[in-house]
Amino acid sequence: MIYSDKVMEHFTNPRNVGVIKDADGVGQVGNPVCGDMMTFTIKVDDGRLKDIKFQTFGCGAAIAVSSMVSEMAIGKTLEEALEITNTSVAEELGGLPKNKLHCSNLGADALHAAIEDYKKRQESLKRGEPVAAVPHEHKEELEGCYCPYCEGSIEGLDEFCHKCEIELEECPECGKYTKKGDESCVNCGASLHKA
Amino acid sequence: MKSVYLDHIAATPIHPLVLEAMLPYLREQYANPQSLHSAGQEAMAALEEAREKTAALVGADGAEIYFTSSGSESNNFAVKGLALAQRDKGNHLVISAVEHQSVLHSAKSLEKLGFVATVVPVDKWGRVDPEEVRKAIRKETVLVSVMLANGEVGTIEPVAEIAGICRGRKVLIHTDAVAAAGNIPVNVKELGVDALSLAAHQFCGPKGAAALYLKKATRILPLIDGGIQEGGRRAGTENVAAIVGLGKAAELAAAEMVPRMSAMTALRNKLMAELPRRVSRVVLTGHSEERLPHLASFCVEFIEGEGMLLSLDMKGISASSGSACTSKALKASHVLLAMGMDHALAQGSLVFSLIEGTTAGDIDYLLEVFPPIIDRLRKMSPLYTKYLEEKGQ
Repeated sequence: MIYSDKVMEHFTNPRNVGVIKDADGVGQVGNPVCGDMMTFTIKVDDGRLKDIKFQTFGCGAAIAVSSMVSEMAIGKTLEEALEITNTSVAEELGGLPKNKLHCSNLGADALHAAIEDYKKRQESLKRGEPVAAVPHEHKEELEGCYCPYCEGSIEGLDEFCHKCEIELEECPECGKYTKKGDESCVNCGASLHKA
Repeated sequence: MKSVYLDHIAATPIHPLVLEAMLPYLREQYANPQSLHSAGQEAMAALEEAREKTAALVGADGAEIYFTSSGSESNNFAVKGLALAQRDKGNHLVISAVEHQSVLHSAKSLEKLGFVATVVPVDKWGRVDPEEVRKAIRKETVLVSVMLANGEVGTIEPVAEIAGICRGRKVLIHTDAVAAAGNIPVNVKELGVDALSLAAHQFCGPKGAAALYLKKATRILPLIDGGIQEGGRRAGTENVAAIVGLGKAAELAAAEMVPRMSAMTALRNKLMAELPRRVSRVVLTGHSEERLPHLASFCVEFIEGEGMLLSLDMKGISASSGSACTSKALKASHVLLAMGMDHALAQGSLVFSLIEGTTAGDIDYLLEVFPPIIDRLRKMSPLYTKYLEEKGQ
């Protein structure tokens, strides 16, 4: 098996699956083109995450990550929840395969997007504006399928940005696209192509 | 727990008679076939016997068979070797959009050396239109490579027709028959091809033994230079035991082809008919009739392939998928995308491949455990929720 026991346990018995109907905040990251998409709905009470429900289209890692994030965040204050990072989730799961670290590890981002959505709604309420019913999307986290230089989308099998006219490759460390042939990854700084 | 292996397009078990034939060459008969002493000559005789048997599987002469280490090597050898040997004639090649990576990437490598590759499209069933190949051939074209059967969607390509077009234009044609040879009747003369790749692990032979058929008097540039093995066209001490295994597996496949095919076709048809009946929004991928007898492939809507593979694995069922998440490169299958399939649907790819020993009980077990797996994963999927909302449920 390619995953740790903890990942498999969360994949088999995911916590907090579903949708909160009258959610206070909704967050969504990823898209089916990349292979992973997560939706988080949250209920906030007195500055704390009273309830979290998620839905995930994606691999075993993506499902386990979503489940783990929900478990880590429930009962926490919004500030504490915002401190949960994708890296800390992966650590809590006993690690993830390297090539899954980016695409599938978006749980914390989806949760943060839901919290941001909640905060925006609160501000709108204060100002007496109608509250938007559309989920808050966390666009800048879609780099797996986007060029890191111009943020243009990378279509299908291409490892080439037609806008910048540069060849791209996936960084073996963080899994994001970086310029092919560069000495280090533009996203995480890992050194590439060691002699 | 019941264990049902349905990923035979990735590997088949070594047939007991194949193993028996191989064992002496892993034990006492370890001599190098290139050695002059009698032990070496015995190994050489075993090698040549295997060559004749492999040739017979595809209707070729023994002298036209070159042993290699894998289907990928055979494809690299054919595409690069045939193109480079004709460099003075032209720099253009034609391949299909659904070729195996070993053909696609060989073409890419050739492009770096100054060749130009035209990739002909396929229809929604994964079939190449021979007319597209005709249109793609130019006066600089030196090679056409179109696979005989696709290992991901099972579709059989009209290679004989394409070969006819190539002959008329005096262009060499190679076919990657790795998924086909040993599983369906393959005859190089009937197909009219100049080169054909096959691999033993697809028909109950060992991994690490494969071959390239190369029509007599066809020029090719070796990939591996060295000694005089394989007529100087593929150097390196021969993997005698594996090659003997290939020969025996070829002999058995040729003898048992018809019963093997009919047994597998019946079960495959059952799977193809029943799976979409038991689970809604499941589509068959590939051609419904012109397809490999042992391969049933689907796309399941609203969920992703890896989750299905992991869940099936927990029930003892081994299958494969062309989804992005299941590939190391995290890219959805180029085959499904070339067939015009939507990215999201391609992520739900699932491939079951059978073998002669697959039983009706195995298929029934799969059909029984499959619906609850899909139900569970769909309940977790935001795409399914959206679909239900739009449907008004």
